[in-house]
Amino acid sequence: MRYEAPESLEGAVALLAGARGDARVLAGGTDLLVQMRADVLEPELIVDIKRIPETRAVKEEKGGWRIGAAVTGAELKEHPRLKQVWPGVIEAANLIGSTQVQGRATMGGNLCNGSPAADSVPALVAAGAVASLVGPRGRRDLPVEDVMLGPRKLALEKGEIVASFLLPPRAARSSDAYLRFIPRTEMDIAVVGAGVSLTVDGAGIVTAARVSLGAVAARVLLVPEAAQAIVGSRLDEPAQQRLEAAARAACRPIDDKRGTTEFRIQVAGVLARRAALIALDRARSN
Amino acid sequence: MAKHHIEAKVNGDPVEFLCETEETLLDVLRDTLNLTGSKEGCASGDCGACSVMLDGRLVCSCLVLGCEVAGHSVETIEGMAKGESLHPLQQQFLKSAALQCGICTPGVLVASKALLERSPDPTETEVRYWLAGNLCRCTGYDKIVSAVMDAAATMRKG
Repeated sequence: MRYEAPESLEGAVALLAGARGDARVLAGGTDLLVQMRADVLEPELIVDIKRIPETRAVKEEKGGWRIGAAVTGAELKEHPRLKQVWPGVIEAANLIGSTQVQGRATMGGNLCNGSPAADSVPALVAAGAVASLVGPRGRRDLPVEDVMLGPRKLALEKGEIVASFLLPPRAARSSDAYLRFIPRTEMDIAVVGAGVSLTVDGAGIVTAARVSLGAVAARVLLVPEAAQAIVGSRLDEPAQQRLEAAARAACRPIDDKRGTTEFRIQVAGVLARRAALIALDRARSN
Repeated sequence: MAKHHIEAKVNGDPVEFLCETEETLLDVLRDTLNLTGSKEGCASGDCGACSVMLDGRLVCSCLVLGCEVAGHSVETIEGMAKGESLHPLQQQFLKSAALQCGICTPGVLVASKALLERSPDPTETEVRYWLAGNLCRCTGYDKIVSAVMDAAATMRKG
């Protein structure tokens, strides 16, 4: 098993593109090392991307924020400005694992691990985050909701990696929130997750919204019908009911020991409603 | 495939070691550097018995590859006491009998020290959430949490 830690994206791409056997990107390692240990994966090559500056940086760009794919949850939480602008993204990233795991786990890894229950992904999708991919054919942007195709299946080409995410500029009176259901207080995998990002005008009318759901389909869902259900409203009771109904209608969950299909659909509506109300409350005070 | 030759700092001292790609930092600490204070509980990042500081950040050493620490700084439980003088957390754990079998204790101590460096006067809730990644199957946690709170109080007095 080879280990390489290139200092440039081009170097990482060349290594991955040229690999003969299974090649894996190492960011925080909180999924990769566990899967190697369990003999689920036995890569021929591991490419550690943490020595590449773009993957480790957080900076303002075009009025938005560019977050490196290998920035850890702990670093995101400690950032002086991000949690004011994108509290939902930060709270979602910080729901992943323990303090120790927070010290390593990254949003790039959370996305590329390819789990429909990944906590930071619905929040990124609701935020309208765009992944910046670098591969043998150069750089391209892909909305986060289009990166994952299904469990463990990504839209990345051979040799292509997620270098960073761009969170878009924020209008006044905008905010976001992420909620998940787990059967204990923390340190668990989402049974259902819901992310909402919205903007209200001076009169309290929702002028823009994005709603996403995790763990209720083979991939994290962007649910435009749920967003449409609240745009133009004050998020009053009828709008909340429309939001719940639209969120539930989008669900295609599995049925397993962690949650039945019926339960997941029910909870998806509840969490979408609650996340929208939290986002609204935050947006009003922004 | 040749082993990796790694240079890093452990508990302030420069170290060099050879490791295979698949060896974790925990494997290196225990089997190569003979620092057996860090324990292997689960080897999957769930139990925290292998907790160490990597560049000042609390991590599970079972979730870090040995070769990842090249040029980086690691602090383990072995670096916690200063010579013969135990850290206030260690003293308080002994005084309060905040351990039984002791397997989780090094990880709990390393994690608690990291907490108190950031938050010298934590609430009980803060302590419990911070230590949620350190599993103890003996104590039921109450004595651990009280000992951390008491050590924090001692340390605040200086």
